[in-house]
Amino acid sequence: MNWLSNITPPGIKNIFKRTDESADTLWVKCNDCGDMVFHRDLEAGQQVCPSCGFHMRIAPEERLKLLYDESGYTLIDLPDPVADPLKFRDEKKYSDRLKDYRKKTGYQDAMIVAVGNIDGLGVVTAVQNFAFMGGSMGMGLGEALLKAAEEAVMRKHPLVVFAASGGARMQEGILSLMQMPRSTLAVQMVRDAGLPYIVVLTHPTTGGVTASFAMLGDVHLAEPGALIGFAGPRVIEQTIREKLPDGFQRAEFLVEKGMVDLVVHRHDVRATLSRLLHVLTKDGAQSAKPKSVVALEPPTRLTPDLTMIDKAAE
Amino acid sequence: MRTYLEFEKPIAELDGRIQDLKQMDTQSGVNVAEEIERLEAKADQLLTDTYGKLSRWQKTLVARHAGRPHFSDYAASLVDDFTPLAGDRSFGEDAAILGGPARFRGRSIMLIGHEKGADTSSRVKHNFGMANPEGYRKAIRLMEMAERFSLPVIMLVDTPGAFPGRGGEERGQAEAIATCTDKSLSLGAPVISVIVGEGGSGGAVALAAANKILMLEHSIYSVISPEGCASILWKDAAGKGDNKAPDAAEAMRVSAQDLLELGVIDGIIHEPLGGAHRDLTQMIERLGDAVETAIEELEGMSPAGLRKHRRDKFLAIGRNGLT
Repeated sequence: MNWLSNITPPGIKNIFKRTDESADTLWVKCNDCGDMVFHRDLEAGQQVCPSCGFHMRIAPEERLKLLYDESGYTLIDLPDPVADPLKFRDEKKYSDRLKDYRKKTGYQDAMIVAVGNIDGLGVVTAVQNFAFMGGSMGMGLGEALLKAAEEAVMRKHPLVVFAASGGARMQEGILSLMQMPRSTLAVQMVRDAGLPYIVVLTHPTTGGVTASFAMLGDVHLAEPGALIGFAGPRVIEQTIREKLPDGFQRAEFLVEKGMVDLVVHRHDVRATLSRLLHVLTKDGAQSAKPKSVVALEPPTRLTPDLTMIDKAAE
Repeated sequence: MRTYLEFEKPIAELDGRIQDLKQMDTQSGVNVAEEIERLEAKADQLLTDTYGKLSRWQKTLVARHAGRPHFSDYAASLVDDFTPLAGDRSFGEDAAILGGPARFRGRSIMLIGHEKGADTSSRVKHNFGMANPEGYRKAIRLMEMAERFSLPVIMLVDTPGAFPGRGGEERGQAEAIATCTDKSLSLGAPVISVIVGEGGSGGAVALAAANKILMLEHSIYSVISPEGCASILWKDAAGKGDNKAPDAAEAMRVSAQDLLELGVIDGIIHEPLGGAHRDLTQMIERLGDAVETAIEELEGMSPAGLRKHRRDKFLAIGRNGLT
């Protein structure tokens, strides 16, 4: 209580009282253009900045909600491998780090797996969660992806993976590195079953994840501007002692270099996946008109409209 | 001239004294044979003691020792009739990964591996064993050839990691590593990998998705170099200039003995006393024995059987025996 609150009538105090919806949570600053965006607008726009089109991080479950039909999806129970097998400790204990992230995010590890329909077609989806220790690949993630592959094979569903990762989880040492061949086996299972496997690369996807399951898709889609590479740009710059050009290792660059098929705006990811998966699985029944089909831009006129010329001549 | 590692200082001193005495013996005619014998026995004991309890960081230094046998040494002495093949048939040749068909103790095989180089000029030529996509794509090409002719594939892993360069990224470093691992895992021929020095991260995995994975006694295999790990996880200490790489090597458990215990590798090949660099001939012979045994174990298996064997082996990693 200060002198002001003592002399201000309660009614006026209420006007200035901070509610739970404080300014911090109501407005979000775009990481790219710096504009302040109202949270509802951001949510409605699937976490894409309305000013500059920058694709901000999106929660894994929000991603699933946008992807699947209104009938929803089911999360798949994932195996719970031995936590902290090395009893790893750096400046902090790994077991404590894990506990903190589990508490903070509400998830067990950096990948969740779901099954549901996309325009009527059954699809298994694995989503990496960058908010959980940078989406790092450890045993939990390897087991999650293997489970996703098993589930896809059992149900004869295609597998879609949304990748986002800083790479391997160092705190699990060699066991994290072993998830590179193990996740590759997951891809092989789906491939051997003759089912499509599509990767959607999101910002950022680097390291052991890119160098394993994320680069082995039948189709690679990427969100605009996503950083995708093996080594991170800082490591490369330190190695070659030169500055990398703008756009290096970005989604558009990877299309140019032949590593990614399409850059797809987040608003079009669902429609693109639906179209591809329906065609690849020869499922014609539902695919005639995907719900959120993207309207094509009318072709730009290269020659003047003839009717206009006719009118002018009159 | 032998290169001694920092922790080998007492051994270097003893070796020096032995050398001096030997010189005295020949020059002055004073008989010091007994003393030499005594010191040599002492040096052997010191070597046994030192190498019997190397820390993980010391092993890292031994694994990187310049005098350790490299791919070229194995290509020259382990096998006969080796023909090095070049190029990925798409972009170029990458001397960081060498390979070609050869004869190994009477059998035709495909030998593939990283070459780090042994002196400055060869190190530059081989890019310190850090491959670009062409290297992995050449390995894929050679693996496919091995499959066509039903040759066992023997891969020698010795790399700090894949090269983090600009051109490599442009040409799909990640895709090349992923596809190389993918190819190795699905190959219908026996695949045997031996970590002979440094098994650095994804660049090593690409040549180590094998039916049998062996490691030399003092080699290391890790998800990231101890230095790299330290700079990320011991940020504060690194900022103050403390070398935390030894702590990182301990925490990540990078030694062959650790990996055997964790169920990641199938066996350890013992090194000559004082490390592989002290006796190349013996090391190459021992590696040959271990590889021969591994080939014999896999020889009767069908292509489908080999694939299943590999798949089951990797699926089991991390599922059993950990606490």
